[in-house]
Amino acid sequence: MNNSAPVIEVEGISKIFSGKTVVNRLSLQVERGEIFGFLGPNGSGKTTFLRMLCGLLRPDAGGGRCLGYDLLSEVEKIRSRIGYMAQHFSLYDDLSVRENLDFMARIYAVPKRRQVVAETIEQMGLEPFAGQLAGTLSGGWKQRLALAACLLHQPELLLLDEPTAGVDPMARRDFWEQVYALTAQGISALISTHYMDEAERCNRVAYLAYGDLLTAGTAEEVVSRSGLSTWAASGLDIQELAARLKGVPGIELTIPFGNNLHICGTDSGQLEQSLRPFMSDERFRWQKQETGLEEVFISLMNRQARGGDGSH
Amino acid sequence: MVLTNARFSLRRFWAMICKEFLQMRRDRITFAMLLGIPVMQMVLFGYAINSDPRHLPTAILSADNSVFSRRIVAAMQSSSYFDLVRTVDSEAEAKRVIDNGEVQFVLSIPQQFSSKLVRGKQPALLLTADATDPAATSSALSAFRYFAAEALAGEFRGPLSYLQRQGAPLQVIVHPRFNPEANTRYNIVPGLIGVVLTMTLVIITSLAMTRERERGTMENLLSTPVRPLEVMLGKIIPYIIVGYLQMGFVLLAAHFLFEVPLSGNVLLLLVVSLLFIVANLGVGLTFSTLARKQLQAVQMAIFFFLPSILLSGFMFPFRGMPRWAQWIGEMLPLTHYLRIVRGILLKGNGLAEILPNLWPIALFLLVSLSIGLKRFRKTID
Ligand SMILES: Nc1ncnc2c1ncn2[C@@H]1O[C@H](COP(=O)(O)OP(=O)(O)OP(=O)(O)O)[C@@H](O)[C@H]1O
Ligand SMILES: [Mg+2]
Repeated sequence: MNNSAPVIEVEGISKIFSGKTVVNRLSLQVERGEIFGFLGPNGSGKTTFLRMLCGLLRPDAGGGRCLGYDLLSEVEKIRSRIGYMAQHFSLYDDLSVRENLDFMARIYAVPKRRQVVAETIEQMGLEPFAGQLAGTLSGGWKQRLALAACLLHQPELLLLDEPTAGVDPMARRDFWEQVYALTAQGISALISTHYMDEAERCNRVAYLAYGDLLTAGTAEEVVSRSGLSTWAASGLDIQELAARLKGVPGIELTIPFGNNLHICGTDSGQLEQSLRPFMSDERFRWQKQETGLEEVFISLMNRQARGGDGSH
Repeated sequence: MVLTNARFSLRRFWAMICKEFLQMRRDRITFAMLLGIPVMQMVLFGYAINSDPRHLPTAILSADNSVFSRRIVAAMQSSSYFDLVRTVDSEAEAKRVIDNGEVQFVLSIPQQFSSKLVRGKQPALLLTADATDPAATSSALSAFRYFAAEALAGEFRGPLSYLQRQGAPLQVIVHPRFNPEANTRYNIVPGLIGVVLTMTLVIITSLAMTRERERGTMENLLSTPVRPLEVMLGKIIPYIIVGYLQMGFVLLAAHFLFEVPLSGNVLLLLVVSLLFIVANLGVGLTFSTLARKQLQAVQMAIFFFLPSILLSGFMFPFRGMPRWAQWIGEMLPLTHYLRIVRGILLKGNGLAEILPNLWPIALFLLVSLSIGLKRFRKTID
């Protein structure tokens, strides 16, 4: 297949569960070798979208291609070429680590099965647990086993649904190193996450809220397109400051980060003008700041909740 | 990676089977249940449950056409115990209708019955009974002795009134076939094969699939290239083997512990049991596509199991049940399977005699399995 063609290319894809639109006419492209981050609040349809990509759910409208195969008619071909890691651990609790991997390798008809399983166990550092029942592993090790299971058949595309939820920082770093190593070999990855630092590790991100795709692009693109400017006030009484700033014109949102309060608005002139009276307050140090993804996503969600149109 | 586009892959199928066996071995409690249920049932049903069935189908083999024989037949007809469903013309035919279960009794009236009767020679009436289920026949038999004599007494008037003083004018010879000692265990224990298979297989298969869904492993399984048929057969086949193990267990216990004579062709029984086993697995599979939780699956299985055990003729003689209950019973595979098991083991039935009970099971299998597969396809979506 054409190597420059996008690995995921969907157009107007929708899913409706008993009258409720969970994914709303979503269009998206993911390029080969790319790490694409998928963000959005709980219940925004991330999992539903990933399930449609691997043929677990049938889209109610729209369609597209995954690895060049049609989402509706060539599901089998897609399934054998992707590695899907479900949000919840979905291997067998009552099989050992090795037995689980062996089963998955058989299902994918992996050549030289035993050798591949042994190598995977070694690479993922699972040796100490190889004979242990998967159900007795800790959460982080379960995630690692699940990742190992979807790498066995050397998929071209990884669909990972919150792969690092509940995983310690070290293990998360290991995980990302692994993902980088894989994408260096030409594998693409679509990863859903709630962590902003992980969003920033992705080549591109998309933000989904209640079924609507609010924005997509590189982190810089997303930030600049939002048009938000940000000021940070640091000090001890930021809660009180936040309360006073409520309803002040030009201030769209305030987000506390520890002893910092990030204050954002789309009109940088008016934002500065509105903040000027507060800046004389000796208790806070003021500083203009780069807008981050978190501010953008929260403002997008607020706007959507207020306006309901989500147009941006 | 090279992947054949075959619809069915033996490799994936084999992977499923191996996985199921591994899980079965791990799940000690379920495994113990699979073998424990037959033992418990054997112990529990060592007792018999009695009842008083009526309207038992009866055939007449009459070699004597006289007012007396007509009188006896009429008395039989008016009693609620017997329903005269047909007449037969020869011993061979009489044997056939009893062997294939069409009738429960054959009344044979011998030649010169009336002339012997008139001469006071106490002729014999032969009542052949299918006594595989002694509970079903015993009260009908004792009733018959009574009203046969009663019926004739009405005829002994005028010139024949001397016969009234003679005591019993005739003898009734009862010939209980298949279970001459009226041993209820002979009836119950072979029936247990069917009951045990129904109980465990429906529950276990409905659990097997629901468990994948409840634990979320279905999501992983379905994102792989594995096909519905591979999953289903991979789950069914290990349990077919379990079914045969249970069957062998009950058969051995029946023979050595309860000394049930295994007069029939056990091989034939093993072969036709496959139909019954798969029919039950189909039911379990259908339930598993309906149930969201394992508990629901068990409840549904019990919902199916109760009428099966109560209305199939296992607990109560089938012919003793009201018409509507018999109708329901006829729709359950266990009813037909019980007749087959008892037919083969106790009566020595061959394929020809069990055929009338074989096709309803086959039909049931077809329906249950196709509903199961169809529903299973849908849940994948
Ligand atoms: N099978 C289903 N039937 C009905 N509603 C469903 C089904 N699956 C998901 N939903 C609904 O669709 C919405 C989106 O769910 P989804 O799991 O895709 O969200 P998500 O973005 O993955 O959330 P989270 O971040 O919590 O994982 C939710 O409101 C959920 O209740
Ligand atoms: Mg989710």
